[in-house]
Amino acid sequence: MTEIGRARLRSEDARLVTGRTRWTDNLTPAGTLHVAYLRSPHAHARIDRVDVEAAKGRPNVVAVLSGADLAAEQGALPCAWQVTEDMRLPAHPPMAVDEVRYAGEPVACVVARDRYSAVDALEDIDVDYTPLPVVVDMERAVQDGADLVHGDMGTNESYTWVFEQGDMDAAMRDAPVLLERRFVQQRLIPTAMEPRAVLCEPDGEDFTLHSATQIPHILRLMLSVVTEIPEHRIRVVAPDVGGGFGSKLQVYGEEVLALLLARRLGRPVKWTESRSEGNMAVHHGRDQIQRVALAADRDGRVRGLKVELLADMGAYLMLVTPGVPLLGAFMFPGIYKMDAYSFSCTGVFTNKTPTDAYRGAGRPEATFAIERLMDDLAAELGVDPIEVRRRNWITHEEFPYDSIAGLTYDTGNYEAATDKALALFGYDELRAEQDERRERRDPVQLGIGVSTYTEMCGLAPSRVLGSLAYGAGGWEHASVRVLPSGKVEVVTGSSAHGQGHETAWAQIASDRLGVPFEDVKVLHGDTAVAPKGMDTYGSRSLAVGGVALFRACDKVVEKARTIAAHLLEASEDDLEFGGGRFSVKGVEEAGLTIQEVTQAAFAAHNLPDGVEPSLDSDVTHDPENFSFPHGTHLCAVEVDTETGFTKIREYVAVDDVGTVVNPMIVEGQVHGGLAQGIAQALYEEAVYDADGNLTTTTMADYLLPSAADLPTFTTDRTETPAAGNPLGVKGVGEAGTIASTPAVVNAIVDALRPFGVRDVPMPCTPERVWTALREGGAR
Amino acid sequence: MIPPTFEYLRPESLGEALRMLPDAGEDAKVLAGGQSLMPLLRLRLAYPDTLVDLDRVAALREIRDDGDALVVGATATHHQVMNDPLVRRFAPLVAAATATVADPAVRHRGTFGGSLAHADPAGDLPAVALALDAVMLARSASGGDREIPARDFFVDWMTTALEPDELLTGVRLPKAGPGWGFHYEKFHRTAQAWAIVGVACAVRRVQGAVEDVRIGLTNMGSVPVRASAVEERLGGNALSDGALREASELAAEDTAPPADLHGSAEYRSHLARVLTRRALGAATAR
Repeated sequence: MTEIGRARLRSEDARLVTGRTRWTDNLTPAGTLHVAYLRSPHAHARIDRVDVEAAKGRPNVVAVLSGADLAAEQGALPCAWQVTEDMRLPAHPPMAVDEVRYAGEPVACVVARDRYSAVDALEDIDVDYTPLPVVVDMERAVQDGADLVHGDMGTNESYTWVFEQGDMDAAMRDAPVLLERRFVQQRLIPTAMEPRAVLCEPDGEDFTLHSATQIPHILRLMLSVVTEIPEHRIRVVAPDVGGGFGSKLQVYGEEVLALLLARRLGRPVKWTESRSEGNMAVHHGRDQIQRVALAADRDGRVRGLKVELLADMGAYLMLVTPGVPLLGAFMFPGIYKMDAYSFSCTGVFTNKTPTDAYRGAGRPEATFAIERLMDDLAAELGVDPIEVRRRNWITHEEFPYDSIAGLTYDTGNYEAATDKALALFGYDELRAEQDERRERRDPVQLGIGVSTYTEMCGLAPSRVLGSLAYGAGGWEHASVRVLPSGKVEVVTGSSAHGQGHETAWAQIASDRLGVPFEDVKVLHGDTAVAPKGMDTYGSRSLAVGGVALFRACDKVVEKARTIAAHLLEASEDDLEFGGGRFSVKGVEEAGLTIQEVTQAAFAAHNLPDGVEPSLDSDVTHDPENFSFPHGTHLCAVEVDTETGFTKIREYVAVDDVGTVVNPMIVEGQVHGGLAQGIAQALYEEAVYDADGNLTTTTMADYLLPSAADLPTFTTDRTETPAAGNPLGVKGVGEAGTIASTPAVVNAIVDALRPFGVRDVPMPCTPERVWTALREGGAR
Repeated sequence: MIPPTFEYLRPESLGEALRMLPDAGEDAKVLAGGQSLMPLLRLRLAYPDTLVDLDRVAALREIRDDGDALVVGATATHHQVMNDPLVRRFAPLVAAATATVADPAVRHRGTFGGSLAHADPAGDLPAVALALDAVMLARSASGGDREIPARDFFVDWMTTALEPDELLTGVRLPKAGPGWGFHYEKFHRTAQAWAIVGVACAVRRVQGAVEDVRIGLTNMGSVPVRASAVEERLGGNALSDGALREASELAAEDTAPPADLHGSAEYRSHLARVLTRRALGAATAR
């Protein structure tokens, strides 16, 4: 059986689910000191004085340092995405020195011999603050005379980024249908299962830093830039990492400070955050106010789409903060054809935790807006929401298709995915039930929501990133080493934090090299072991890193072919390779296994001229295009009109993620993605009060759904291979999250339209649904 | 978890526990599983000098038949309670409500008496104790035994009638007899979340008329409260859909529901009315 397409259980799971593995917090070398941070209780205040003397006198305390103590060496945290030439980029000290700008910003730290002593000593640090005006509301922040997050900047606006294509005036002028909406993408907290943790060990001039990070390679470079410790003196290890969802695609102050403290104290230092600490200090996601206008003809044909965003940056720009909403700029038109599109986004500073990438990063926000609009357009015209989409989407004959946002969609088949989803869902039967419940005024109403999405994965062609002023390329690296015994080591620059690379990469290598799956070991996540890499985010691992591995395997086979031909005294063209064996065409018994070739390559007694010993290869793959997964999601909800409670009754997801290496991993990604997307629709919201205090610091207030709250998902696929890579893969890490949020909200609104409800703000809590019903009924 | 520093005492018997409590002082806390106390310690919202852990006091875990009542030991775990044959048969409201508490892991640590002594008005079991007219059994080294009816037990937010040197040893639950119907209607956003509002009701009907009715409300004030106006309206009258609906409209009377992220006071009042109607309907459906 071929390995590509095989639903293997993940080989890494036993150690991950039992925790008997190298989580960063499991690592405690002899002599390790423990760090605890004192964080600002104010959203905005001047620091007048930090008195650490009493804390220094506590038992087991080794050092207590304020931001001022570290000011000379701590540098500033990096932002790698200068989205416009005039973007305002405030200095962001790892530890606040003279002003705090969000609640939770570190102001001092204790280093002690054990974690208990460190946390206890925090209570003896005395800080005098002078509170300053707090900026919480984005729309007020951009008005004249608003209080300022960064007083010296004179404004709360970081940048405005604009994209325009087509004649918008013509599209909007006399448009028979014009829908104008204001949608709020609430602020979310990524909530990886493993909190952040970092351990830094000094060794002379060298440092080894373990961190629960998605980006060991980028982190190493950035730590070097920030601290001026030479890059070759820093080794970064991302051991097993328990989830990230973008929140560990970051260069955090605590990582920089671990390095500085280890250097200063000459001993290993470790810090692991608590959940409540993480809710305040891990970067947040989403948080946009979207003003959108869609112009259409009476027959439902979309003429133009205008998008104006305010995007909350929080108090500072972190690694890719300003670029996240701009990734959405390319996705607002979705799968639809239109004559004109305009997009503008203003990044706004507020006294809140900085935002940055969170699963989907810009694309869920964009998909939400267009899919909500398409359902509203259908309602406005009295047409079925599937039909209105059919009238606008790119048909499968039209690929490759240049989207109005400037992307080239290589392949896709929206018709096929939609037809499959409709059949699985029982669309007509559910519509009949909906009519019947409306007829008899059932207190529990049924609603059906549609989301036909596409997204861009496989970040990214380096030249495209260059054109967007991003600070790095988008390539990925893979090495394949066939060991003398015939076993195989694969090294990848893309390090997993839950994705299952060790299984999927072994399947690719096993398939291409014809060696048993069990004979392949996948190495990753350590800059000393995998020196080249661009790391893991943006559903890029398989579409870029997997393709690098695919090509590296083929390169090994080509070298082996040269050696095999020499040993078999045959022409390379006469050799066939299959099942791990080279054979001479027509002479089945004349052949060599790849293991036999490896032994010959290792011994090097008899190699062709110019061929180097050993069987290995390196490939750095830079994709030519993004990949574009797509799919059709259908959601049926039951809304209790008496209480406002929403229950998801059916959820069908038909996704086209191209070729599938491991269907079980893909299904797991879809399930997890759906849970997170549904969570935005129904449950999650980071709430700040008027003083800028985060009120959702625990899981009792920041609600995450569990399996008990979610339906049994019906998932299926269509497989339209990506044209841009030899594997035909697209990426699946974010699809479920991107597609599901609008499907759920569309379903709720669909249930409540007869009551005069046109929108429910997210998360659609029972009280918000109840309020919308009362207000709708009052109209 | 990095709690503040505290002394830790682990008595092996009830007698030892009762002797330890007065010495431990006013700032001692009794640890009866940790469902609520552990989060308070973790968040440093509680700074007890001493924890007296009842985990080893085996006698407090027993659930026994006491004639026309059951006695549930204070440290019987939720898991134990909801699966106990006596509880399921004679106090089905307790079994049903306990099954909605938190999640399976917590239900294996959290205890029946611990939840009542914690007296969180958002907890499910205080309202159930009210609806059942449960009796709290308290004991101290100095004052001996005391019986406290549930309606007198919850005196303020997270405050009970227990004296500092007193332990809740168990709870006496009257056995359900013929004609009784029960229901706990819990409304929460996710399975593991606190009740926004909960309604526990116990109804006894004789020949179609409501002979006895008690309704306990979860999270409708600083203490669990009875929906007295509803009880009075229904008592002695024949039960019809209309009567039930009309009486339920009184569910929020004399309550002072909190407002928080999950619901305004107005919304909670609305929920109390809807859920009371549903709970009464379910309790009287058979």
